[in-house]
Amino acid sequence: MAYDKFEILRSTAVPLPIENIDTDQIIPARFLKATERVGFGDNLFRDWRYNADNTPKADFVLNNPVYSGKILVGGKNFGSGSSREHAAWAVYDYGFRCVVSSFFADIFRNNCLNVGVLPVQVSPEFAEKIFAAIHADPETELEVNLSAQTITLLKTGEKEAFDISPYKKDNMLNGFDDIDYLQSIKGEIEEFAANLPL
Amino acid sequence: MSKTLFDKVWDTHVVRKIEGGPDVLFIDRHLIHEVTSPVAFLGLKTRGISVLYPDRTFATADHNTPTINQHLPVADPLSANQLDALESNSKEYGISYWGLGHQKNGIVHVVGPEYGITQPGATIVCGDSHTSTHGAFGAIAFGIGTSEVEMVLANQCIMQPKPKKMRINVNGKLGVGVTPKDVALFIISKLTTSGATGYFVEYAGDVFENMSMEGRMTVCNLSIEMGARGGMIAPDETTINYVKGREFSPKGEAWDKALAYYKTLKTDADAVFDKELTFDGSAIEPMITYGTNPGMGMGISHDIPDAAQVEGGAATYEKSLNYMGFHEGDSMIGKPVDFVFVGSCTNGRIEDFRAFTSLVKGRHKADNVTAWLVPGSHIVESQIKEEGLLDILTEAGFSLRQPGCSACLAMNDDKVPAGKYAVSTSNRNFEGRQGPGARTMLASPLVAAAAAVTGVVTDPRTLIEELV
Repeated sequence: MAYDKFEILRSTAVPLPIENIDTDQIIPARFLKATERVGFGDNLFRDWRYNADNTPKADFVLNNPVYSGKILVGGKNFGSGSSREHAAWAVYDYGFRCVVSSFFADIFRNNCLNVGVLPVQVSPEFAEKIFAAIHADPETELEVNLSAQTITLLKTGEKEAFDISPYKKDNMLNGFDDIDYLQSIKGEIEEFAANLPL
Repeated sequence: MSKTLFDKVWDTHVVRKIEGGPDVLFIDRHLIHEVTSPVAFLGLKTRGISVLYPDRTFATADHNTPTINQHLPVADPLSANQLDALESNSKEYGISYWGLGHQKNGIVHVVGPEYGITQPGATIVCGDSHTSTHGAFGAIAFGIGTSEVEMVLANQCIMQPKPKKMRINVNGKLGVGVTPKDVALFIISKLTTSGATGYFVEYAGDVFENMSMEGRMTVCNLSIEMGARGGMIAPDETTINYVKGREFSPKGEAWDKALAYYKTLKTDADAVFDKELTFDGSAIEPMITYGTNPGMGMGISHDIPDAAQVEGGAATYEKSLNYMGFHEGDSMIGKPVDFVFVGSCTNGRIEDFRAFTSLVKGRHKADNVTAWLVPGSHIVESQIKEEGLLDILTEAGFSLRQPGCSACLAMNDDKVPAGKYAVSTSNRNFEGRQGPGARTMLASPLVAAAAAVTGVVTDPRTLIEELV
């Protein structure tokens, strides 16, 4: 599915400094019954966000009006668990365009890149700086510059570089996806398939 | 140049390498199910493209299916809608479809191997993280997201950077009551849930060489729980004997050719791994988890460690124990158990039911326990009956449900109620995984059996009479 181009994102951020946030927390299995990619943001972090009677839990960060923005900053090993892309859809649908963590689970990272959410992996030290800055001032703005591959705390100017494969970077900057690429080499794929050992 | 098993299979399937980007990897077998495929098919329709190789794709319904009264219409309209979508999409694109009620229906990672779809040296993907199961056959198998499901339907390829390689060696003789599940939970407890992120794992050593295919599938299944993309074990006589003669396995001349290929599938003696770990199999105990991720496990006779002894933040650790209602220093032995679940793509195979039955034989289900015994497929269900296991189970107060994913992820009605404790043979003990508020302790079928007959967490070794 095509998504909006990603170039520079400047936004406040929502802090979620919990480690090993798994995809079952990001979107519980009972919300995976849709056959279209719509409305998943409503159930992002459902069980952390709402009580059993569907009233919001006041102590969860998404229900705290002090915090907002298009950047979610999570604890280490963000997105572990299931391959459900619904987790990345929920993050995107809620309005986040970027997730920052000191470590991402593999499939979740891939899924984010495929749906237009930029996963930015920072050092544990920089993650701590971000959390501290948001804690001190929830209006703290971050700038994520995909072309330059940097993330900056705007108030202090502290910045760190992040990695992304040149191919994926190009895709996100241009709003392309892998299927566009594969369709362009279909003949080569068919020729390859005809010569496999099995 | 020397290659690992992983290199050999991967390199054979690279259609094209992209400078500064991923490899274009050809996929031999694509397994699909109702949850992660509908949006992929929608994508194909939107783009106006077709499925390139429908005969390389196999569809089964498992996540959303009930495990009782499968002959009746599925009551939940959302589940029914998703199952209908899988059926109509499969028909529209010419994909073989094993829906509810079909004799071949069952958990995708159980039926794939049973019908010979899973083969050594193949690349296999599915929109489900436990696709790593199929690595037990020396295949490269891993879970993918829905965008990638669409990619494979459209072009039979995915685009992946080649992962790093790790070898995990386990040697020695496993103790009484120690099963493949314990070996896997032990490794995950040592590596944590992120310890193998970025790696593809090869399991080596005599513990795996002596393991049945069922056991190897359990181990590879859980590779994802330490963050690995997948795990694999070199094919040997055990593998070949399992694969030979199955419905989709090569036959005749094709079998001879396949066999010659299978025999090349092993790591060269001087091949180098990015990381290599070795464990002593004889030191492994029956395992149980006490927290809310599969890395939070320990030998069943130990006490829950203090936050200072575990890697990670104390606040996250405390949150986890609070959810479970446990405390640092607690013994797990004697903890209350409300539900016992045997099943899932981790432990829903015949060997798991043999193990469970061996321990409950001549005993009786504890009154406080609700037991869900859910075979992974109709073949497993038939074996349970044919081998006389069902009679023993019935005598002991247990009954059998119908095949499906069941309480592993609670997408159907098999949900553990909030606050209740489950000893579960499935793969994840995340918060709410088996139902909102459910508290899951992961363990082997033997530990599950010990809990089912005593009503509390019990070391199965105390119930095994042969133990000296």
